[in-house]
Amino acid sequence: MQNTLRIAALIAATSIIVTGCSATSPDTGGTPETIVLVTHDSFSLSEGTLEAFTEQTGIAVEVQAAGDAGEVVNKLVLTKDSPLGDVVFGIDNTFASRAVNEGVLEDYVSGDLTDAEASYLLPSGAGGEQLTPITNGDVCINVDHDWFAEAGIPEPVTLDDLRDETYRDLLVVPAANSSSPGLAFLLGTIAAFGEDDGADGGWQQYWSDLVDNGVKVVAGWSDAYYVDFSGPSSEGDRPLVVSYASSPPFEVQEGATVAPTGALLETCFRQTEYAGVIAGTRYPAEAQQLVDFLFSVEVQNDIPENMYVFPVNAAAELPEGWSSFAEIAEDPYVVEPAEIDANRERWLSEWAAIAIP
Amino acid sequence: MTARTVRRSPGTTLAVVLGAGVPLVFLGVFFAWPVAAMIGRGLFVDGSLDLGGFGEVFSRPRTLRLIGLTLGQAAIATVICTVLGVPMAHVLYRLRFRGQRFLRALVILPFVLPTVVVGVAFRTLLRDGGPLGWLDLDGTFPAIVLALVFFNVAVVVRTVGSFWDGLDSRQEEAARVLGASPARAWWTITVPRLAPSVLAAASIVFLFCSTAFGVVLVLGGVRFGTIETEIYLLTTQFLDLRAASVLSITQLVVVVAVLLLAGFVRGRQSPVRRVGAGRASRRPRASDAPTIALSLLVALALALPVVTLVERSLRTTSGYGLENYAHLAGTGSRNALVVPVWVALGNSLATAVQATAIALVIGLLASLILSRSPRAPLARRAIGVFDGALMLPLGVSAVTLGFGFLITLNQPPLDLRSSPVLVPIAQALVALPLVVRTLLPVLRGIDGRLRETAAVLGASPWRVLADVDLAIAARPVLAASGFAFAVALGEFGATSFLSRPDRPTLPVVIFRLIGQPGGENLGMALAASVVLAAVTVAVLALVERLRVGTVGAF
Repeated sequence: MQNTLRIAALIAATSIIVTGCSATSPDTGGTPETIVLVTHDSFSLSEGTLEAFTEQTGIAVEVQAAGDAGEVVNKLVLTKDSPLGDVVFGIDNTFASRAVNEGVLEDYVSGDLTDAEASYLLPSGAGGEQLTPITNGDVCINVDHDWFAEAGIPEPVTLDDLRDETYRDLLVVPAANSSSPGLAFLLGTIAAFGEDDGADGGWQQYWSDLVDNGVKVVAGWSDAYYVDFSGPSSEGDRPLVVSYASSPPFEVQEGATVAPTGALLETCFRQTEYAGVIAGTRYPAEAQQLVDFLFSVEVQNDIPENMYVFPVNAAAELPEGWSSFAEIAEDPYVVEPAEIDANRERWLSEWAAIAIP
Repeated sequence: MTARTVRRSPGTTLAVVLGAGVPLVFLGVFFAWPVAAMIGRGLFVDGSLDLGGFGEVFSRPRTLRLIGLTLGQAAIATVICTVLGVPMAHVLYRLRFRGQRFLRALVILPFVLPTVVVGVAFRTLLRDGGPLGWLDLDGTFPAIVLALVFFNVAVVVRTVGSFWDGLDSRQEEAARVLGASPARAWWTITVPRLAPSVLAAASIVFLFCSTAFGVVLVLGGVRFGTIETEIYLLTTQFLDLRAASVLSITQLVVVVAVLLLAGFVRGRQSPVRRVGAGRASRRPRASDAPTIALSLLVALALALPVVTLVERSLRTTSGYGLENYAHLAGTGSRNALVVPVWVALGNSLATAVQATAIALVIGLLASLILSRSPRAPLARRAIGVFDGALMLPLGVSAVTLGFGFLITLNQPPLDLRSSPVLVPIAQALVALPLVVRTLLPVLRGIDGRLRETAAVLGASPWRVLADVDLAIAARPVLAASGFAFAVALGEFGATSFLSRPDRPTLPVVIFRLIGQPGGENLGMALAASVVLAAVTVAVLALVERLRVGTVGAF
């Protein structure tokens, strides 16, 4: 009998574990104690930064990471009926249209934006009313300065240069269909060369040329950068890699005055990340406050060192080292979010047919 | 429970209901419901069933190619794992030599290493100009198969090994004495007895391989998609739930077909005698040279990427040193991490212990039920279905399950979407089939007459359970728990999807580090992987050391 009881207790204990007893009681109206910020895996701020919001408002912020930018948007779409949180950060220009079209965002853009940041706003009707720009990063070809100096070859400058025989077998890129910088680079080439209109072959021809010129396509950013790139912390022998404009500062040794790698600023595609209020939130006013807070100088100053991207707010200051080693493209390539959304699947399958036959 | 000689008491019925009920409820809530809901999203458009997706998806030439590649790479890897794994199981579990327990723990090491890191280690070896560049394997199909074997050979070694361990060898000896050649004794006695566990291991390996994701992407150089990578792409990038649902169903069909095939081949298992390990194992002799040589070769091949990893983790800007390990106390260059790596390791261990506990309790209950062979055909068929259901989580896309969690576990009392409890549950889902496949061949091999004898001698059903089933299974339970622990520790797919940013596990942290530029972050990622591997080997070696005395009684 004692055995029976013991086993019954064991089973009861298990069922408590499996059915979970951690269901939290839902708040209803009023001022919340906590609001939930849904974001991507790369979100990170210094300790104490989000606590400043709590000090100002009395509301704690609970951060929930939901995968990469694409996953974040898709999760919001799938959970429209019972939202994952109150505020979302990390929707980028490549996925903005889907979020807007699926109606997962409330109309709200931070009133603190000035003319200096207006260029980051999405077009009206395509996210301009729902998404506040927060960070801004360029995906550019990174170049190993030392390699080119040793080889005595001039570094390439433009995308066009990359199809030159001089740069045969020197470039490695992460695949557009399994890596977000890979997709950004593809979009950059689409912006640069346009569609195949029969005359010059457009981006499709450009990629055929890259393939003919020995471009190496690998699955992800990590193995492109750490396995094939020839940079100081890498193993490989290819001196050109698709990475971020903010990557070079990471390769600078302490005390050095010259960065061993650099970004080719004429090859950049701009990725802007936005914040918005999730439709169906119970606390729209507080959610708007959090969006404003993400745009505030306090958070914006904290962004570069934690998320490796540039702040959008013109009043924000770049940390030491960034001004000398990280540059920002003056005239990056852009593709309208609506156009990306409409063509993503076709572009990716055409690209795959060319680049990874 | 089985034979008419045992009086059916109310307690027995209760035990059967609970034994089958708890695992079924667990799988129902945390697996079947989310997956069905996610597939339903794709198939039901505005409330009506739309099967047009099937025609559309299957008319794409790409789909058939992906299915072919998925089956091809999984089948080839499974065959290789089995061919290499069984001799290794012999050496590691039937022979007796110093350092054996350490080797057993070592074999499982690849299993816990994060796929991204192994991918980088493999590609460092294989790329043009790398140490193995002359093999010309970078980005090829054989490279994927190699990596799949690297990750999964441990499944065969451990599943078969823990069954083989303690298997009475007197039958073989008798055959030899009666004049059978070693080959004949092997074919007519050893192989039939081992077959159930080899099949169990092979089916697990096949399922693991057919849903492999990271390895295929990194090593296939994106040319070789599988059903799994396609579901990921369709769900996370294109939000094409219709096509994703069609592929998820395809995956399920493949899994069920494999399980049916395995069940068909397995047939009915005959009882086997088990003895204490001390009596079943022996010192190596000359005739073992081929298997020992093969095991050494495999061990070397498994060690190569690991050695590369260790070597690189020790490399610093100024020669070799422990700098990268010292950095683990911090949060990486420019705050790459939210918590120091040591804290993440603590999270990992805590979560893995919970996952192991869940998987063990549920797996043990399920195995005890599954090991019975009732006379009623209906009951027997029900057991077959139950058996298959337990294996399904291995064959279904983590993406489908993960998104399924989001759209189902969102209402009280199961509002668990952001609860930390989901992480160990997801890990337990992956570990559960391994636990069952390790325990079941042992429990099924118990001679029913032992139970009957015990019952006739007056033992209560619970006593029979404790003194026969559990006593014999004690060592395999230990092996299974070690295995489950390692799986939980290394699990990345579901964990990264569900873990909370303030409580990341070690594989999640490693993934984040290797996703950032800079020598310090890479160095830390590699050092952290070595730590993860070392901790796993240490824990498993400890588990192996635990002695379970009662087994020798039979």
